Amino acid sequence: MTALFALVGRDLRRAWAGGSVTYTLAFFLLVTILFPFAIGPDAALLARVGGGVIWAAALLAALMPVERLIWPDAESGVLDQFAVRGLSMASVAAAKIVAHWLAFGPPLMLAAVIAAGLLDLPGAVLLKVEVGLLIGTPGLAALAVATSALVSGLRGAGAVAGLVMLPLAVPLLIFGAGSIEGGFGAVRLLGAVSLLLLAGAPFVAGAAIRAGMD
Amino acid sequence: MTALIFNGVTCARGGRVLFENLSFAVAPGGALIVTGPNGVGKSSLIRVAAGLLRPVAGSVEGPARALLAEASALDMELRLARALRFWATLDDGDDPHGRVSRAIEATQLSPLADVPVRLLSTGQRRRAALARVVASAAPVWLLDEPANGLDDASVGTLETLIAGHRAGGGIVLIATHLPIDVPGAQSIVLGGAA
Repeated sequence: MTALFALVGRDLRRAWAGGSVTYTLAFFLLVTILFPFAIGPDAALLARVGGGVIWAAALLAALMPVERLIWPDAESGVLDQFAVRGLSMASVAAAKIVAHWLAFGPPLMLAAVIAAGLLDLPGAVLLKVEVGLLIGTPGLAALAVATSALVSGLRGAGAVAGLVMLPLAVPLLIFGAGSIEGGFGAVRLLGAVSLLLLAGAPFVAGAAIRAGMD
Repeated sequence: MTALIFNGVTCARGGRVLFENLSFAVAPGGALIVTGPNGVGKSSLIRVAAGLLRPVAGSVEGPARALLAEASALDMELRLARALRFWATLDDGDDPHGRVSRAIEATQLSPLADVPVRLLSTGQRRRAALARVVASAAPVWLLDEPANGLDDASVGTLETLIAGHRAGGGIVLIATHLPIDVPGAQSIVLGGAA
């Protein structure tokens, strides 16, 4: 247990110090800024599509760090050292999901406030977006870590990661964006999808890491 | 303390059998040197002993292990002492700080304790990884090519550390293609058929 806490702390420190948090947030804001340029400065239209824009941008931003979540630790022998100390790779993956969410979820929710300002979203919509992000980002973080483990060590891992991760993230996008207008039913479905990803991802990632050690 | 035991271990990688039905026991205070040409399965034997590679047949038993492999597993951006402390606090045993400072001293890295790992040279990084093993307090040391990148003086240090660990009842398993002086060690030569 101590080892897992230590791993969460280490990953968090590296995410902040290594700039991965800043890059992800900058990318997220950049994508949200692209939409007004593409759609035009019609405030009413932007306010209507704004919630969906934030969700799409969050999904794309979640892809940014995927290449760096597992592979550097596999290459530098860090995962081997955890395995030698008797930790299961599923628990290591679970710790990495927690660390990745902490470095990604709350900062993204803060950045969403800025994005809402840029898109001129009403406060009520922003609140719904924030609730959706709070429920959806843990699932997104779990999916990112599982994808990262699956593509770890591949050439062109980033491109493959997109192809693996985006289709699986579609339910989060549908129910996340849907919760803005769809009400409580969509929020519950969003929670269900997020929980499913959280429950399955550590085992998928653990098995993938283990297979990579052979 | 118990021995490190291989019971009829067979290891295959990519459909190729590297070694078959390998059995040996290294008692506390003992050492085993594995030699053989490149690609014959020395590193795989170490990884099987570490539990990282599942053998096709047979089993491995023994007390807690510390692994020195090709990668140092130290975070590049951290200062050496802090990078070593990360692992030392995860290992069993008291006083991780004391163990790390003693290990840094034993590997003659004291002047570099506050230098970030990324600035260390190949040989210094190798010694740093060795310090991680020394600080682990694990009874079994698994050393994969420990003399790689080390100068003559550092190889001497390595030999002294191995002797010290064995004198304290530790077990050392070494895979190497460079000569390392380990008095009274058992020896396995892999790969007649390869």
